[in-house]
This record gives sequence, C-alpha cells and structure tokens, in this order.
Amino acid sequence: MQIELIYLAYLVAAVLFILGIKGLTKPRTAVRGNQLSALGMLVAVVVTLFDQNVLSYQWIIAGIVTGGVIGSLMATKVQMTAMPQMVAVLNGFGGGASLFVALANFHMGTDGTVAMVSIAATVLIGSVTLSGSFVAFAKLQELISGNPIAVPGNKILNAVLLIAALVLGGMLVADPSNGTLILALVVVALLLGLVLVVPIGGADMPVVIALLNSYSGIAAATAGFITNNTVLIVSGSLVGASGLILTSIMCKAMNRSLTNVLFGVMGEVG
Amino acid sequence: MELLLLLTLFVVAIFLGVELITKVPPTLHTPLMSGSNAISGITLVGALLAAGSDANPTLVTIFGFIAVVLATINVIGGYMVTNRMLAMFKRK
Repeated sequence: MQIELIYLAYLVAAVLFILGIKGLTKPRTAVRGNQLSALGMLVAVVVTLFDQNVLSYQWIIAGIVTGGVIGSLMATKVQMTAMPQMVAVLNGFGGGASLFVALANFHMGTDGTVAMVSIAATVLIGSVTLSGSFVAFAKLQELISGNPIAVPGNKILNAVLLIAALVLGGMLVADPSNGTLILALVVVALLLGLVLVVPIGGADMPVVIALLNSYSGIAAATAGFITNNTVLIVSGSLVGASGLILTSIMCKAMNRSLTNVLFGVMGEVG
Repeated sequence: MELLLLLTLFVVAIFLGVELITKVPPTLHTPLMSGSNAISGITLVGALLAAGSDANPTLVTIFGFIAVVLATINVIGGYMVTNRMLAMFKRK
C-alpha cells in the first residue's frame, strides 16, 4: 500500500481517537466514544499490516494472538472492584510495549540524533511507567502494604536516579552503538519508577495511575519520533495531555494536591 | 523540515488533549482513564513495524514480538475493561 494512503488512514484513526476521548467525557456519549476509539485502533493496526516495511507476519500473528488471549482473559476475569489495579497493569504493559519498541529500533541500527534522543526518552519514560504501574498494582492488590512507605532520603534518591538516567541518555545519544549504556538506562529508569511510587499510599493510588497513564501516552509519542510515525505522535500526545488534565481533576475531586501526592505529604493525613 | 512538521503536530495535539478534557463527572473518571489507557496502546503500530521488519539481528524480532504481545494486551484488555465499566454504568 502506498505510504500516502497509510498516513491518510492514520489521520482517520487520530480523528476517531479525538472523538472517542470527547465522547468518554459525557455519560450519554461514553459508550459510543469508546467504540469510536476502538474503531480508530482497528484502522491504525490494519493499515500498518500493509506497510511495505512489514515483510513477515509470523511473529506479528503470534504476538497478536498471545496478547489478545491474555488481554481478553484478564478483562473478563477481573472483579469490578479490582478495576483500578487492572488499569494499572494494562498501563504498565503499554509502557513496557513502548520500551520494547525503542529497544527493537535501537538494535535495528537506527541512527541520527533525533532518533537516538527519541529512543533514550522512550526507554526512560516507558521503563518508569512499567515499574511504577506494577508497584501501583501490587499496592492496590495488597501484595505489598498499601500504607505510605517511608523511604529515607527519598527525594535525594529520586533526584540522583533521574539525573543518572538523563546523563545515561545523553551518553547514549553521543555513543549510539553502545548496548551497555541502553541496558544501564533501562535498569536506572525501572528503579526510578519503583522509588517514585513505593512511598505513595494506597488511597492516592488512583491519581498515580492516572499520572502513569499520561506517561505511557508520552512514551508512545516519543516512540513515534523514532520512526516519524504521525499516528503515534498524535495519539500519544493526546493521551499524555488529557491524562495530565484528568490527573489534576481527580486530585481536586479527592481534595488533594498533585505535588503533595507525588511527594507523599498527604499520605499520612489521608 | 520534517522534524519541524512532526513537532508542530506534537505540540498542537498536546493543546488539543488539554482542551478535550474539561468537565468530567466523577463517575466517568475511571472509565475515561481506562479508555485513554487503551489509546496509549497505539504503540502497537510501532511494535508491528518492528516485529514484521525481518531485520537482521534476531534481537529486533524478539523485542518486536514482546512489544506486540504487551501492546495487544493493553489494547484488547483496555477496550474490553472500559466497555465493562460503561455497561455497568448504563444499567443504573
């Protein structure tokens, strides 16, 4: 299929996502909004299969079947009361997917400064989303204590890990063929997601999940910059921005401030 | 130039995302979060391109395959879970 047709279909998909999100904000149109958004996803996936860069289908089919079975089993088996942690897990998988897209592109021998910056950013945000979401899940599922866990020197640890991740990312851009650097970045970013969420109490977790949802959108958008893919950029930034607004709305509804949630101040009070 | 066009797209979509969410009734907070989480599974498109690329190091295919599995769980699970939440909501 011609590239122009594919990108035209991506435009249709993006419009369907926009209408979908819009619909989901009102009770009357919510069901329809979700359907429109699912249709957009179907359009985007189907036309991608006709991309001339897709040469073999066996791994695609195996992956879609495996993921489809796991995803539908999870969605049908989960109790209605366990929905927030379910969204956390699914979101973690989304962040993980962007992480692996970036790693695959790295090993394809992608070069150029823009692509390398995008790979580093996607690895960083994707890993934080992955580990952070699973901590959120573990807390809500009470696999680990839902109480705020005091980590000594938490803020300093966060800052050190973030700086380390940014330095590693910068080094990776300067030395794009270094496989050890990208591995180190994955490890540091996974740790960062862990220490960001562990101190936060279970009561604040829905807000954290909303924020991590925004992150996974941004990870998809930065993944789009690796291969100049418009549908990834538009949909990812839509989710990233709307997720951030939703996070702040949820904070207000729960009478909490976002900065306090993130730095665990309200945890002890609430 | 292409990078600038893509950056324009990125920034405009961010502003659009901010404007889209204005007043959301609290009952719709979780479905909206779940529904937009399903959209972030769009990274599946990038995963498909990697898994189907037939690129030389096997690692590309392996990572691409893992990405397809994870993204598909996100997409299928996300839309189904959102649908279940909304169905419960409608019955009331």
